[in-house]
Parts: sequence; structure tokens; C-alpha cells
Amino acid sequence: MKRSFSDTLMDWLRQRLPVDAITEFAEHKRVPAYVGSIWYYFGGIALFLFIVQVTTGILLIMYYQPGVQTAYESVRFTVVHVKFGWLVRSIHTWSANLMIFAVFVHMFSVFFTKAYRKPRELTWFTGLVLLALCMGFGFSGYLLPWNTLAFFATKVGTAIVATTPFVGKTVQEILRGGKDVGAETLTRFFGLHVAVMPAIFTMVLGAHLALIQIQGMHEPHGWEHAPESKKRYMPFFPNFILRDLLVWLIVLNVLAILAVMFPWEIGHKADPSAAAPMGIKPEWYFLFMYQALKFFPGKILMFDGDAVGVVLFAIGGLLWATVPFWDVRLPAGSRNRIVTYTGVGVVLMIIVLTGIGLR
Amino acid sequence: MVEDKPDNVSRRSFLNYLLGISVVGWVGSVLFPVIQYFKIPPRKDDEPTSVVAASLKSLKPNQGIIFKFGTTPGILIMGADGQLRAFSAVCTHLDCTVKYRPDLQKIHCACHGGMYDLNGQNISGPPPRPLTPFKVVQKGDDVIVSRA
Repeated sequence: MKRSFSDTLMDWLRQRLPVDAITEFAEHKRVPAYVGSIWYYFGGIALFLFIVQVTTGILLIMYYQPGVQTAYESVRFTVVHVKFGWLVRSIHTWSANLMIFAVFVHMFSVFFTKAYRKPRELTWFTGLVLLALCMGFGFSGYLLPWNTLAFFATKVGTAIVATTPFVGKTVQEILRGGKDVGAETLTRFFGLHVAVMPAIFTMVLGAHLALIQIQGMHEPHGWEHAPESKKRYMPFFPNFILRDLLVWLIVLNVLAILAVMFPWEIGHKADPSAAAPMGIKPEWYFLFMYQALKFFPGKILMFDGDAVGVVLFAIGGLLWATVPFWDVRLPAGSRNRIVTYTGVGVVLMIIVLTGIGLR
Repeated sequence: MVEDKPDNVSRRSFLNYLLGISVVGWVGSVLFPVIQYFKIPPRKDDEPTSVVAASLKSLKPNQGIIFKFGTTPGILIMGADGQLRAFSAVCTHLDCTVKYRPDLQKIHCACHGGMYDLNGQNISGPPPRPLTPFKVVQKGDDVIVSRA
């Protein structure tokens, strides 16, 4: 009997790789099906948008020329003269924003469903590193077109870094590549944005995804004591993955609509000798921190107001990151409400401060 | 379980057909802009029709200079007889920039030893074709080179 090509191929692979173990793993992979299942999609959405970022980022590098004399001009050339260049850039920018939004939603859903609890602490930590890297991508990428808004946003952003006690000045100088934001800052941010951070991001993302495969999906509160008959599951292949793909398609359509209807502006070329323009503010995902720092007076006792703000944010961030350790599981699996209230407080604070900042 | 009746099968195959068309349409609509994006648009300063290659005062017999013709290099040679000739300085073998060798009175490519005579003809080594010739015009002291 003649064997089909796919059989021959599978045999060839089977002699070299643990194909059967992989297919068995895939067959048994399942996702809890309950009202909160919708939150499982946001990690996948963030992953999809990351793929979009990598693809459009590679396309943008084809024409981008780092350097204070060439950066703005090359982005302008891409947007004005290259076919669909405006679309590629607009998708890259919109996708970056949507990705950070998806990552935030993903993080809060994990926080409120307490999916960070043992044994998933490492997944939580790697996720936070990925969020920090996303914000780093946003911050460094923002400067690359070398326009006025980007120039001043980078000046302010790196000036905030400098207020960090003890190490601030040094870190600021390393980031800027000198005393002020200039040509060296641009090439450093370019290197960070297209080489250093993607390399780190890919490794951490690999660990994050591997942890999810090793530990399986987190199951909702109360399932550990529930009888098997009360639990509903959905096979990952093909049921969940097809739903995932459908969500990705919807996200791509939303992205395309946003990118076409609201193309990102290129602005004016940065002029280091000009005054900062009116109404300058950072990207929305930094706005809550930026707005909070505005409420601190210049001096608090003997300390710099900004420094106190930065230290408080650092302490808050540390508490947030270490929640798997201070969230004590109460007896009989009841909820630790302090964690939920903390989460609600943080969400409200971010929404209110962002709202004030946007006005 | 419902048995697959003939009309069920055709409905399923019709849906599969629709799905297939959508997938192809979707892939096409993503690939089309990407492929278009790779077509490099012409830049204004890429292709000038003529340039001032040198000043006559800066040239002496049996000498060659390299000048910029848009984004590519050109070579202007004043032969031992005082005649001016200009060519594209891009070797027809593998794109290295050639130079004038006063000792040989030939145009030489250092990369793979290609040799051209003063008419730009490939006479030895790997170059497969002659150098592209340019038109040379004298205007006062300026030597103006244009595409032939």
C-alpha cells in the first residue's frame, strides 16, 4: 500500500522528536469554561499584537535612518512616499497602544482572579517584566521619529529618572548618552528598541509561555474543592485555539480600522533650541504616574517632591509585584478581600489620574 | 447524531469553500501592502541628468578623478593626450569602484583585477561588459558630465 506524504513526514519526525508526547500533551490541554473564561483571551491578544509589532517594526526599519539629521526625514519619507508606508507606521503605533492596553487588562484579570498564587508566582513575575519591557518599548520607540513631542517627552521622562535617589543621575546619563537629550540618546534608544529589548523580551516571553504550558491554565476560585462533574472544560485544540484565532482576526480588523481612520501624525521635527509646546504630556500609559507627580510639592520636609513621588511609586510597584507573597490564603479557601480592595483602589487611581491628565 | 444527507454535505462544502475564499482574500489583503511597501520609491536626488564633475584647473594630463553622479560614482579621466573622458565608475563585474592607473594608462578595478582601456572597453580580467560612458562638455573652467 502506498503511504501518504504526511504519514512519511510524521514518521521521519517521530524518529527524531517526541512527536507522540507532544500530540498527547496537545490533546489533553484544556481550558476551564466558565463566565470568567473571557479573560483568558487577553494574554493571547497581547501575544498577537506583539507579533504585529515585530512584523511592522521590521518593515519600518527597512527605511528608517537613525540620526538627528535623518530620523525625522526618513520617517517622513516612509509615510509620504513609500507605498502603504503610512499604514505600516500607523499600525505599528496603534498596535503598540492596544498591546499595552491588552497587557494591562491581562495583568488586572490575573490579579483579581488571583491566578498569581502558588504555583504560578513565576508566571506573574515574568508577566510583570514583560509589562515593564512593553512600557520601555513605548518610551524608546516614541523618540525614534525625532519630532517635537517625542523630544520633550524624552527630556521629561529621563529627567524623572534622574530624581531617583542615589542612582538616578547615573541612569539618566546612561540613557541619554550625555548631559542632555541629543544624537546619542536617539541612537541608544534605537539600539534598545530594535535589538536589546526585543532579545530580552523574546526570552522572558518564552519563559512566560513555557510556564503556562507546564502548569496549565489557572482554574477559578472554588474549583479545587468542587466535584469533577461541576467543572466544565474546553479542549485547547481545536476549540479554544479557533476561538483565539477568531479574536485575533477581530483585533486585526479593529487595528486596521483605527490605523486607517486615525493615522498617527508625524508632527514637527524636533528643535532642541525651541521652547516646549503647550499641552505637552506623555503617552496615556505613563499619564497616571506623570499626573501623580504633579501633585507633589517641590519640597517635602528636606526631600525633593519628585524624589518622594518616585520612591513611593517604586514601593507601590514592589508591593504590587510581591502580591503572591503577602496574599495569604485564608482557611477554607475564602477570599482575601484586602487584595481585591487593593486592586480596585489601584484601578480607580489609574483611571482617575489618567482622566485628570487627559483633560 | 444526524446523518450526513447529501444536502448537508453540500452545505458544509459550500461553507468550507466560502471560508477558503475568505482566508485567501485575507492573506492577499495583508500581503499586497507588504509587497508594495518593498518597492523603493525614487528619491529626487537619485538620478541627476548632469553634474559638474571637476574644474579644469584641478586636472592635469594622465590623471583620473572620481566624482559623485547622484548616488553612484563616476570617473573623469584626462588622458596623456589631454582628452577628457568620463564613465560610470562602477565595475561591470561586481560593482566595485574602479580607478585610473597613470602607470598603465588604464582603468583598473582593485577588487578582482578587472582592466578597461581609455574607451571604457573591458580588456582583461573578469568584467563582462564595458563601463557605461558619459558625455563630457567643457563650459568655461567647469567640466560638465551628463548621461550619454
